[in-house]
Amino acid sequence: MFPFNFEWIWDMSHLVFMGGLWFALTILGLGMAYCIIKAVIDTAQGKGGGHH
Amino acid sequence: MDDALFPKGVKRCPLPEFLMKLGPVVALLIWGVVAMLMCWIKGLNQTNMNDAYGFAAWIWADLTVIALGGGAFFTGFLRYLIGKEKLKNIINFAVLIGFICYSSALLILAIDIGQPLRGWFIFWHANVHSMLTEVAFCLTCYFGVLTIEYLPLVLENRQIDRVPFFHNLTHHMHEVMPLFAATGAFLSFFHQGSLGGVAGVLFGRPFAFREGLFIWPWTFFLFTWSAAAYGPCFTIMLAKITEKVTGKRLIKDDVYDLLAKIAGWMMATYIVAKIIDTWYWATVTAPARGMTFMQFYSNNPLYGIWILILEIVIGGVIPAAILLTRKGRNTPFALMTAVVLGVIGVCVNRWVMVLQTLAVPVLPFEGWPMYYPSWQEVATTLLPVAYGIILVAFSYRYLPVFPQEAELNPIVSEPAAPPAPAPDTDAEPADAELSPAQA
Repeated sequence: MFPFNFEWIWDMSHLVFMGGLWFALTILGLGMAYCIIKAVIDTAQGKGGGHH
Repeated sequence: MDDALFPKGVKRCPLPEFLMKLGPVVALLIWGVVAMLMCWIKGLNQTNMNDAYGFAAWIWADLTVIALGGGAFFTGFLRYLIGKEKLKNIINFAVLIGFICYSSALLILAIDIGQPLRGWFIFWHANVHSMLTEVAFCLTCYFGVLTIEYLPLVLENRQIDRVPFFHNLTHHMHEVMPLFAATGAFLSFFHQGSLGGVAGVLFGRPFAFREGLFIWPWTFFLFTWSAAAYGPCFTIMLAKITEKVTGKRLIKDDVYDLLAKIAGWMMATYIVAKIIDTWYWATVTAPARGMTFMQFYSNNPLYGIWILILEIVIGGVIPAAILLTRKGRNTPFALMTAVVLGVIGVCVNRWVMVLQTLAVPVLPFEGWPMYYPSWQEVATTLLPVAYGIILVAFSYRYLPVFPQEAELNPIVSEPAAPPAPAPDTDAEPADAELSPAQA
């Protein structure tokens, strides 16, 4: 649910619940985006020979 | 046949043998899928749920697998946030078990809601006054975390790891893992707690109702606590079973010892809190609502005082006492007994909080409605078990789930063949008469 949905009310319950959901999803999304971008850059630079 | 996919330095059985051993499990899986399709196609009339039991076997299974899957978040918390480095040797397995438990919980919920195509309603048309909304949010997000934690393990497969992009991605995911682990611990704290909170706020059900702190009943904290205590027990239990099935040692004893010790302390403190909670509920909370303690445990064919003893003493006090002693942790039989009793204890706790809560009559003219699951409910509850065994089997075969396996089970190279006798230069070569193809 987003603030532009007809069911949305600007109260503490909506802010806490939906804010918490977006917060968690944003952290996961940004974390994964960081990993993917770094991996793409490293691969383009020729790093990663298949050994840790 | 598939040797190239095995982790480095380990031995696996031939593929046909592996697939044949999975046969009975696949049969169980198919049975569960048939029952699941019946529930989706014909509807929830395939279950024995009724007006008295809106929550039944599925919700019990849900709460139980979520508690047992708590080993993933708590082990991750200890490894990445507290810095217990030794646990890096069991964290992969804990994540795998957590992934199976949470995907199973979501699968069961998808069957339970009757119309899975409307599953997204809970996010779009959220009831922000319901603890179950918070559970749904946290459960879904945490499943995302577990997927992210499981992904590097998949990418570390010997062949996938050769692809530079996947190798780099795995490397960077390991770097960011503490962030994901912290997010997972945060999400777990709330959804484990809210599952307990759902029971605790039922003021019309004196068996479950509890007072608490601010908006949270004591059951909120007890559920989180119990998941952190019993989840690692389930991880240890399954690791030991995997060792038995494979006939190999997969994790060193000091790793088991550390995790069991922490689980023991968590369990001991939890069980003290649980006993205090039960005593206060029996003497203050329930009487204030017109009920006596024994009314909850009499005049019915199933729920006697035995269930309370099974949950708290046999499934709580005894395993905690075993795990707190070094001798108990280091004796294989005692350790296994403790973790099995612990798992039974948390299963009974979740059963009581879901099903006994609904069974206890709350009006003077009511009796105890009894419930037994239909075969479709049993089959769909066993479906995740079959799926879990298959995923553990494939992960064990192809992924480096146990980092200590190669060290604990060195492959003994075959003795060198005796030196061949010197060729007799005068003799005619044995294959002189043979065609090139025959030779």
